[in-house]
Amino acid sequence: MNDSNDPMAEIRASFFIECEELLEALQDGLQSLDDGDVDSETINVVFRAVHSIKGGAGAFGLEALVRFAHRFETVLDEVRSDRMTPDAEALKIFFQCADHLSDLVRVSRDDAPLPEGTTAALLALLGGLLGDDHIEEDEAEDENIEFQPATLSLDLDLGGDPLPGDLPAIQNLDEPLPSDVAGYKITFRPDNELFETGNEPFHMLRALDEMGECSVTCHLEKLPDFNALAPEQSYLSWTIELKTAVDEDEITAAFEFVEGLCELVIVKLGNQVEPSSLPQQLEETPVSLHEEPGESELNAIINPPQMVENSIANVEQETAIEITVPKDVGTPPPPAVTSGKNVTAPKQAASTTAPKSVVRVDLDRIERLVNLVGELVINQAMLSQSLESSGLSPHSDAMNGLEEFQRLTRDIQDSVMMIRAQPVKSLFQRMSRIIREASAAVGKDVRLHTDGEGTEVDKTVIERLADPLTHMIRNAVDHGLESPEERTAAGKPEQGRVNLSAAHRSGRVIIEVSDDGGGINRPKVLQIAIDKGLVPEDASLSDTEIDNLLFLPGFSTATVVSDLSGRGVGMDVVRTSIQALGGRITISSTPGEGTTFSISLPLTLAVLDGMVVQVADETLVLPLNVVIETLTLSNNDVEMVRPGAHVVRVRSGFVPLFDLGKELGYREPVRDYEGCVVLLIAHEDDSHAALIIDSIQDQRQVVIKGLDDSFYRAPGIAAATILGDGQIALILDTSDIISNAIGNTGNQPSQNLTGASA
Amino acid sequence: MTLEILAVDDSRTMRDMIRLALLPAGFNVHTADDGVHGIEVLDGIEPDAIITDINMPRMDGFGFIDAVRGQDKHRATPILVLTTEAAPELKARARNAGATGWIVKPFDPSKLIKALQMVAG
Repeated sequence: MNDSNDPMAEIRASFFIECEELLEALQDGLQSLDDGDVDSETINVVFRAVHSIKGGAGAFGLEALVRFAHRFETVLDEVRSDRMTPDAEALKIFFQCADHLSDLVRVSRDDAPLPEGTTAALLALLGGLLGDDHIEEDEAEDENIEFQPATLSLDLDLGGDPLPGDLPAIQNLDEPLPSDVAGYKITFRPDNELFETGNEPFHMLRALDEMGECSVTCHLEKLPDFNALAPEQSYLSWTIELKTAVDEDEITAAFEFVEGLCELVIVKLGNQVEPSSLPQQLEETPVSLHEEPGESELNAIINPPQMVENSIANVEQETAIEITVPKDVGTPPPPAVTSGKNVTAPKQAASTTAPKSVVRVDLDRIERLVNLVGELVINQAMLSQSLESSGLSPHSDAMNGLEEFQRLTRDIQDSVMMIRAQPVKSLFQRMSRIIREASAAVGKDVRLHTDGEGTEVDKTVIERLADPLTHMIRNAVDHGLESPEERTAAGKPEQGRVNLSAAHRSGRVIIEVSDDGGGINRPKVLQIAIDKGLVPEDASLSDTEIDNLLFLPGFSTATVVSDLSGRGVGMDVVRTSIQALGGRITISSTPGEGTTFSISLPLTLAVLDGMVVQVADETLVLPLNVVIETLTLSNNDVEMVRPGAHVVRVRSGFVPLFDLGKELGYREPVRDYEGCVVLLIAHEDDSHAALIIDSIQDQRQVVIKGLDDSFYRAPGIAAATILGDGQIALILDTSDIISNAIGNTGNQPSQNLTGASA
Repeated sequence: MTLEILAVDDSRTMRDMIRLALLPAGFNVHTADDGVHGIEVLDGIEPDAIITDINMPRMDGFGFIDAVRGQDKHRATPILVLTTEAAPELKARARNAGATGWIVKPFDPSKLIKALQMVAG
């Protein structure tokens, strides 16, 4: 927050945010080009993104970034001006450059060391695209964009690149600055074009006047009769005698913008310059500077002299006039940071630009708001609980008010959560980079297809998805897709395809990673699991159960799997991180056609629709979305499949039955099932189970309070919450509980329960 | 006298920096995101000078200068081009479009102020 007092630091920070947007636009543009949409506007967008990054980077003296962006931009400019076609090979390099540019932006932002080597390699690749003749030119330009470190240096470019038609053959005499006042005679005659570009002689005369003692003579003799006046013509010229201590560079600087648009001769007096040698002998009509009309109306009636070059050439031949045009501005400009710090602009001035009405807010403030809303929800729950227990009539004003209060609380909560929501697009773009890198590493041609990039998810969820997704994408490329030869043999296109999609489904976000590879080789997976002793040799497992073996920790080190068939490297880690987000991951695979990993996540990590239940004097919360039905048992509904393993009849099917009180170690298992309350649970993988609880208390939103990592992570416990009465309740991870219970009892959750979810 | 400035640049960073450079010097700064937006903003103000970028979406700097010069009341409004490129062709092109002068990015605040004063008083 200290930075907020320094406007320059603030702009720097906003520059890096802008860079993110530009990099995103760059990626999008390149992707469109790659998709065959070679629209000139797309190319312009790509060019501008790199160009703007370069521009901003220059302002902050980020030299490495400028240098790389500059070369990239030069190549893109070739594409933009139709001198180069962005073929597949060029696009591949562009993508790499975009990746590298984003790396450079990141290290520049973090003041981290630059990744050496890559820059040089990519610069060489870009140079290759440019061809030999361009490289030299470009390198010469590189000189121009070199900065002194930490200075905002590039100056006004005073005559460094004379325009065609400039004062010719200018001598640059390295004469020291006159220590005392020197005299100059300046002859100035504007061309018509000078006025057409909005320049104004008055300002130049005034600038000269500010340099010293100035006497100005305006020559009016070219001025025709009023009737003959052509308003667009230039008729006037001036002779200025200036006594000043400034050097000629500064005098020339006053005329910088009009170089080539006027006749200008600067003569240092004391060099015996004969006035007669000056271009025009004009009848002098002294006009004081301050009486000089100087307004456009008058200036627009000025006559253009046609002999500029001749007259200047004459001047040069006949007299030794010193006309110096500065190669550079004499005084070095102040360092950027210093000048920024000295400026005391009002703070909001720097941030009120926002034409899109976007406010940038510190994440801390939003966190605080989210927490406060969490407290509000808890408080609301407390209030409703105490009002309900006070026995008030449901039609009383207090109860009506409470209802309204609940609705408002919910709306506020939703709105606050929306603030943190952002599209998954940036995440998906990172994944396209992973695809590029992974496919290059294993020598496969892979195309990423994305869907639902605009799907919005809580920022923290997005951030924490990056690692598991990276892992899955790499797996898909490395193990999911077959080699090009195998694909050709299987009658598939050589180019593999990975799909990444996001969608909202009933209050959760579903993210899917699928490939069109060979699918999971189930016999191999099962064999390996048996070999590793993860399943008994005689086990008969369903396809889904075999697929799920990939999530077992034992598989993560099984390199044999990755070499042979496909899945498994580190998938247990992936599952753990998804579960830590309150999500579930499932696999489906069709041999020969590919594999799909499906992740279901809550939209936010902050609140949860929960079912509050009672088990052995403990209050527990289950995520509401896993509960599909509540049942009351009778002994007839329950069958024992083997000792300790029971199933319950739910309509036409059987579902494994677990006693929550027993699984959590709260009490002895229930012996008599008559009248037991049971929750029918369904998970994303379509597995079902029934959980015995003591009673259902409520169904409500709870604010998730994460359990600190320093606590032992108890199996089956996802987080905690504070209830309306101030009591702390644990939030259960039902899938974890059930898989633990399976480990204990061998009872299996049933698949595809017929009718149970209807 | 407060000078009214219109700064047209698609980069927020650059707009912020122009604002930061000019506000303390007593300029009143209006900003626009691109040429099209610039023309819209211009509709409601009477700037003493305009600063414009070249590479912008929708309408670039050349198009913008052209459009401004096309308006009778802005035939003589000073327009400074703010560009990263110092190439002479670019200056010539800007000038042909009707630009009054140019400033090379990254700019030095005092130079920017001086240049503005030079063209707009």
